[in-house]
Amino acid sequence: MPDKYICEVVYNEQLADDVHSIKIVNKELTSQARPGQFIHIKCGNERLLRRPISISSITGAAMDVVFEVKGEGTLWLSKCEVGSPVDIIGPLGNGFTIPDGNLIVVGGGIGVPPLLFAAEAAKGVVTAILGFRNKDRVILIDAFEKECSSVHITTDDGSLGAHGAVTVPLTKLLDDNPHSAVIACGPQAMLKAVAKLCIAKDVSCQVSLEEKMGCGVGACLVCVCETSVMGTPDMSRVCVEGPVFEATDIAWGEQ
Amino acid sequence: MVNLNIDFAGVKFKNPIITASGTFGFGREYSAYYDLSQLGGICVKGLTLNPRLGNKPPRIAETAMGMLNSVGLQNPGVKGFIRDELSFLRQYKTVVIANISGNTVDEYAQMAQMLSDAGVDMLEVNVSCPNVKAGGMQFGTSQEGVASVTQAVKASSNIPVMVKLSPNVTDIAQMAKAAEESGADAVSLINTLLAMRIDTATRRPMLYNNVGGLSGPAIFPVAVRMVWQVAQVVKIPILGMGGVMTGDHAVEMMLAGASLVGVGTACFDNPYAPIDVIKGIEEYMVKNEVHAASELIGKVILN
Repeated sequence: MPDKYICEVVYNEQLADDVHSIKIVNKELTSQARPGQFIHIKCGNERLLRRPISISSITGAAMDVVFEVKGEGTLWLSKCEVGSPVDIIGPLGNGFTIPDGNLIVVGGGIGVPPLLFAAEAAKGVVTAILGFRNKDRVILIDAFEKECSSVHITTDDGSLGAHGAVTVPLTKLLDDNPHSAVIACGPQAMLKAVAKLCIAKDVSCQVSLEEKMGCGVGACLVCVCETSVMGTPDMSRVCVEGPVFEATDIAWGEQ
Repeated sequence: MVNLNIDFAGVKFKNPIITASGTFGFGREYSAYYDLSQLGGICVKGLTLNPRLGNKPPRIAETAMGMLNSVGLQNPGVKGFIRDELSFLRQYKTVVIANISGNTVDEYAQMAQMLSDAGVDMLEVNVSCPNVKAGGMQFGTSQEGVASVTQAVKASSNIPVMVKLSPNVTDIAQMAKAAEESGADAVSLINTLLAMRIDTATRRPMLYNNVGGLSGPAIFPVAVRMVWQVAQVVKIPILGMGGVMTGDHAVEMMLAGASLVGVGTACFDNPYAPIDVIKGIEEYMVKNEVHAASELIGKVILN
């Protein structure tokens, strides 16, 4: 069961400008965690709300989480010293359904890290398409190269890999190998483009969404996204019904 | 062994701690963390006559030791609650309080009757939701509005009625008096304070709804002051809430005049907050040789 755990920080590394990776240890937490789930981290006593951060990798009792410093909470977390305790609720959320066959993981920016855990768990051939703003923002490439049969990099400015959007290599991969399944995490505009492409090609696609959260466990109803299941509009909780949704269940037109 | 029991408007509570409406869903989520029978009571997510999808996101923004929300009463409707949630809550030995919001006085009356017939223990009449266009706060900001809703709910139900007051008024004590004079069995306060934050980078409000309700430790002193003011003018008991995070906060709220204390936003920081607050009250009582929690109510010593 998810619960509140005190975990020890055993490693803290800056991966790029404003992007940090911390490794925490807690066997109870890691033994339950599945790819696509997140943990809800208390970032010091000066802030009321926890910060939800997706799990990027698990090795034994150690868990890596990669995050971007966006405000005071994540700044506090980026300064956590090795050996210090952090208060975590987790693992939370539904997680990815990892397909048996070939998998294409599509990530954008700070949406890339949770796909690493999915790639680690996949049994079939995994291809990664990872998009970043520029070469200075590129993270985790070595780790993806270990887990994937091929890694395609795109940047918005062409400073590394292919110039342009992740949908360009994704279109080609799906044309060559139409029986793959796609899982994606990244900015809303990227997710929408990936979802539309997959829906048009009748390819299974799961997307992991981000929304500002309160409780993280489904009680407060603040982190909702607009969904449409069988044509019925609804507001689904990203923390419980998500963060992973079937692309066909999201009301993309409304966002 | 200290006595935590509180008799509130004729309903017996095993301890003074209630989970505040809107922060605890219908209890299911937190039942995975602890036995809900430990709670004095559960005040359920605000109900409306018909199901509501609520406001678009973002619905939350952080503030200095607080938060804004603008959920907009997303809920399955009274019928959905009675059908899908009430029997789950009834498994636990705790008081179940249904919170209701209407667009019209008649809607409040209909909901009160349905929930009274369905066997909830108490009603909390929300005349103070800052996040919906119609209903909610429009009734709670005038004595006439409070009176008309209170009278209608009392006439349509046979369970104790508590009116949840808005802090967004000039004199909350007058609203409490209006509720008491109209037959309310208790009052609860405070709902959230209407508030706003703006993202300077985009120049847009942080909430889709532009404005929302402020809760959390930031509002605690305002809540204590209002509970104290209301306690001076009404005889009916008070459920005090607003930013309670610890047992000591709960004791403070009781000293100001509250018989019961709501724990809400604290749950987001710590799912175990209501349980920890109960333990904190017990510790205070043992340390200060208070035998019954009821002895704390209104016992502030003024300067």
